[in-house]
Amino acid sequence: MIHFVLLISRQGKVRLTKWYSPYTQKERSKVIRELSGMILTRGPKLCNFVEWRGFKVVYKRYASLYFCMCINQEDNELEVLEIIHHYVEILDRYFGSVCELDLIFNFHKAYYILDEVLIAGELQESSKKTVARLVAAQDSLVEAAKEEAASISNIIAQATK
Amino acid sequence: MNPFSSGTRLRDMIRAIRACKTAAEERAVVRKECASIRAAVSDNDNDYRHRNLAKLMFIHMLGYPTHFGQMECLKLIAAPGFPEKRIGYLGLMLLLDERQEVLMLVTNSLKQDLNHANQYIVGLALCALGNICSAEMARDLAPEVERLLQFRDPNIRKKAALCSIRIVKKVPDLAENFVNPVVSLLKEKHHGVLLTGIQLCIELCNQSEEALEYFRKKCTEGLVKVLKDVVNSPYAPEYDISGIADPFLHIRLLRLLRVLGHGDADASDSMSDILAQVATKTESNKNAGNAILYECVETIMSIEDISGLRVLAINILGRFLSNRDNNIRYVALNMLMKAVSIDDQAVQRHRVTILECVKDSDASIRKRALELVYLLVNESNVKALTKELIDYLPISDQDFKGDLTAKICSIVEKLSPDKIWYIDQMLKVLCEAGNLVKDEVWHALIVVITNASNLHGYTVRSLYKAVQKSVDQETLARVAVWCIGEYGDMLVNNIGMLNMEDPITVTENDAVDVVESAIKRHTSDLTTRAMCLIALLKLSSRFPSCSQRIKDVVTQSKGSLLLELQQRSIEFDSIIEKHQNIRSALVERMPVLDEATFSGRKSGSVLAPGVSTSLKSANGVATSAAAPLVDLLDLGADEPPAAAPNSSGGNFLHDLLDVGPSPFPSQPVTTQAQKSGTDVLLDLLSIGSPAPENSSSAPDILSLTQDNKTSVSPLDTLSLATGPTLQASSSGMMDLLDGFGPSPAPPKDNGPAYPPIVAFESNSLRLTFNFSKQPGSPQVTQIEASFANKSSDAYTNFIFQAAVPKFLQLHLEPASSNTLPRNGNGSVTQKLRVTNSQHGKKSMVMRIRISYKLNNKDVLEEGQISNFPRDL
Repeated sequence: MIHFVLLISRQGKVRLTKWYSPYTQKERSKVIRELSGMILTRGPKLCNFVEWRGFKVVYKRYASLYFCMCINQEDNELEVLEIIHHYVEILDRYFGSVCELDLIFNFHKAYYILDEVLIAGELQESSKKTVARLVAAQDSLVEAAKEEAASISNIIAQATK
Repeated sequence: MNPFSSGTRLRDMIRAIRACKTAAEERAVVRKECASIRAAVSDNDNDYRHRNLAKLMFIHMLGYPTHFGQMECLKLIAAPGFPEKRIGYLGLMLLLDERQEVLMLVTNSLKQDLNHANQYIVGLALCALGNICSAEMARDLAPEVERLLQFRDPNIRKKAALCSIRIVKKVPDLAENFVNPVVSLLKEKHHGVLLTGIQLCIELCNQSEEALEYFRKKCTEGLVKVLKDVVNSPYAPEYDISGIADPFLHIRLLRLLRVLGHGDADASDSMSDILAQVATKTESNKNAGNAILYECVETIMSIEDISGLRVLAINILGRFLSNRDNNIRYVALNMLMKAVSIDDQAVQRHRVTILECVKDSDASIRKRALELVYLLVNESNVKALTKELIDYLPISDQDFKGDLTAKICSIVEKLSPDKIWYIDQMLKVLCEAGNLVKDEVWHALIVVITNASNLHGYTVRSLYKAVQKSVDQETLARVAVWCIGEYGDMLVNNIGMLNMEDPITVTENDAVDVVESAIKRHTSDLTTRAMCLIALLKLSSRFPSCSQRIKDVVTQSKGSLLLELQQRSIEFDSIIEKHQNIRSALVERMPVLDEATFSGRKSGSVLAPGVSTSLKSANGVATSAAAPLVDLLDLGADEPPAAAPNSSGGNFLHDLLDVGPSPFPSQPVTTQAQKSGTDVLLDLLSIGSPAPENSSSAPDILSLTQDNKTSVSPLDTLSLATGPTLQASSSGMMDLLDGFGPSPAPPKDNGPAYPPIVAFESNSLRLTFNFSKQPGSPQVTQIEASFANKSSDAYTNFIFQAAVPKFLQLHLEPASSNTLPRNGNGSVTQKLRVTNSQHGKKSMVMRIRISYKLNNKDVLEEGQISNFPRDL
């Protein structure tokens, strides 16, 4: 099971956090501090796993961002690397060659996509296409609602002119 | 966007925050935004609620408090539209967790949304429930989720399956409700549903033995077939990862088969073919393939033994181990640890490679490899492996040295074939990493040394040589000093030479040099210095020619600021100078320490801590009772009477210098102490022998001392700080210490465990506190306050008031009088009882107010008392 997902920039700024196990606010910031200290300092050729408080943290660096997932001792680290990559590829397709700025300004989108990939710390969908389709469908629902609201306010505006 | 809308857009806020150059600027922007969001919250603004929540989420990610937005989430969730709900649920998952009460309020909305006509809204609710539901919510909403497992859209079914995992984890009783739906999920074709169905199935098997049996009977064959289909499936672009169709599904199927095959020969048998196929056919040049192989190996290892398969698995691990990719090597080491218990020989074949991994540049790999080596050590290879590890110790990473040292020590202790090897290895470790060695380890070493009587000479010579080379290793210095003190004569006379040894010439002065340099080294701590003092005392008797020099060294400690050192050096100085006739008997060698008792104690005797607590209560000394030799050498505690009672459980710790069979008419201490069964409460020089009927209970000792308090003897002067430890009543010892009357040791007051203090003094008034404690209740201090009037007029209506912080409890008794005579002619006394609930952690403090009438004028004096003795 994945206990939490973290996206940390090379400067140590948090770009996304998702907690599947209960941590208090205090613990959360402590965890982030500890892990960014451990992970950001590791050299490029070293393995992608760090042992931490009896858990394992699997991380992978994409450009300026570190994607980290914390798992149990007995989980398959190599598979988690694939899950990270799976998520990154979906992000990439959604934003069209994703960069850190996309994830800063559209952080909520990154969360929506993550929610289609993982629930309760477990993998939900292995098809990137399906995830993309589901997210797009929900986005268009939002767009439709917005347009409707806009047209209603137009009608009201015209009626009250 | 409406140009007249209040506040900024989300995008603009993020820009503004990113434009901040300093943390202070950022805080200012965030504060402003939060203020406007709060205003919107209190106005109950509907139009921009979703935007405000999005902003709050961003602010939350930056680490600012956002609790005031929690209710906004609930309002958005309760809104009818999808966009509001979407952001509302996101906020709920981000800003809240399962332990917040607010979460309960959302249960009703969730229930409605789970039954919503729009499947995306159902999806949102399932997602939120799966990520943050609490046990109560799980119970309330389980029927809804169960129903959704049969929903027409597979995307809802898969979400419901993962949601069920969380529900079953929170409320294991609900597991049985999900067993039947899972069976149908496992037959699905949709990968997402299959994937999540398998995960739910694994969780159910973990929760309930019955479910496991049921699935094993009903589903094993079907799952084997599914795996076969997936493995042999043609190229499917939707699921393809580096040439493998859906590795995630592969891995989960293998994992479930592992659960089903574990401990069941039939099930294991039915999956053997497909496992062999996966193990041989999977491409291992990409991470995805290796992930599958790794999972497959783990499954082969944990199902029932099928000959051939395990060989295949171990071979895969061997290939992994020689892979250039660090990730692959890491998982190989990880898996080999599990393989050790199954096939030790096969893993031993890779020992050389594994040892190389201990020296890797990657900390994660080093750590795994060290753990693995530790498992691989046995009687036959212990010497070779230990040599490798010790050779690596000097060049290893600073961060890693601690772990490495601990493991080497543990290996040596566990598997040493003979004592000489043990001593040799430990000396090497002490030379290289003496500062990292734990106390138990060098205590154990000393126990072993005393037991190896034929090696005493060899050991002390080796230590002498080692300590010349590695000066800055404190633990090495301690062991060396101890051994030189005990076996110094063997060092200088080359007694007990072993064949392989080269004779060395050490003069008596050289031996003393070692001890002297150790006591003078500025890095040496109290324990080391105290051990040095004792070694010097012993050497003064072993090397009569150096006696004068030793005396000089000992004398230098007389001025030590550390009370313990000061006191001991004064005592030892006196022994060296005035008591030649008894010295040799006093400083005889330590009796052999009993290894069995020591290891018994090490493995955690309950007795010791208990005893030590009561001791602590008796004299306010914090003795750490964990390790026996700490007691033995218990000069380390920074409280004065450290040499006081030994809180040891073993009879080998009679006393540091073992005067048990001393030539004095003292009581037969040793035998009596052994009778007491638990403990020997003797002090450093065995002067304070316990009362005859004393069965090691500390309060007795204290009461004894209190009786003694009246007898003014020179010894009492000495026992000032030591309090109850040195007891004048043990007759014969008196003359030993009678030279102490005019000693420079701190002064006068014969006495109570705590010296009185002047708590408050002004021009007109002085307040003195006298302390006493009841035996058995260390937290309670009796204080007798006495007031003296320094002015020339009497005070009337004299009232004393006191206040204490919360961790103290104060009880004031009435004063002896409310009139205070002038010029200190007589005094008013008042008794106080203070209970310190943080006894030993916090010292007492008190605020006082004294009011009285002087010539019919009201006078008020106030003050704070913070100079209480510690440990009250």
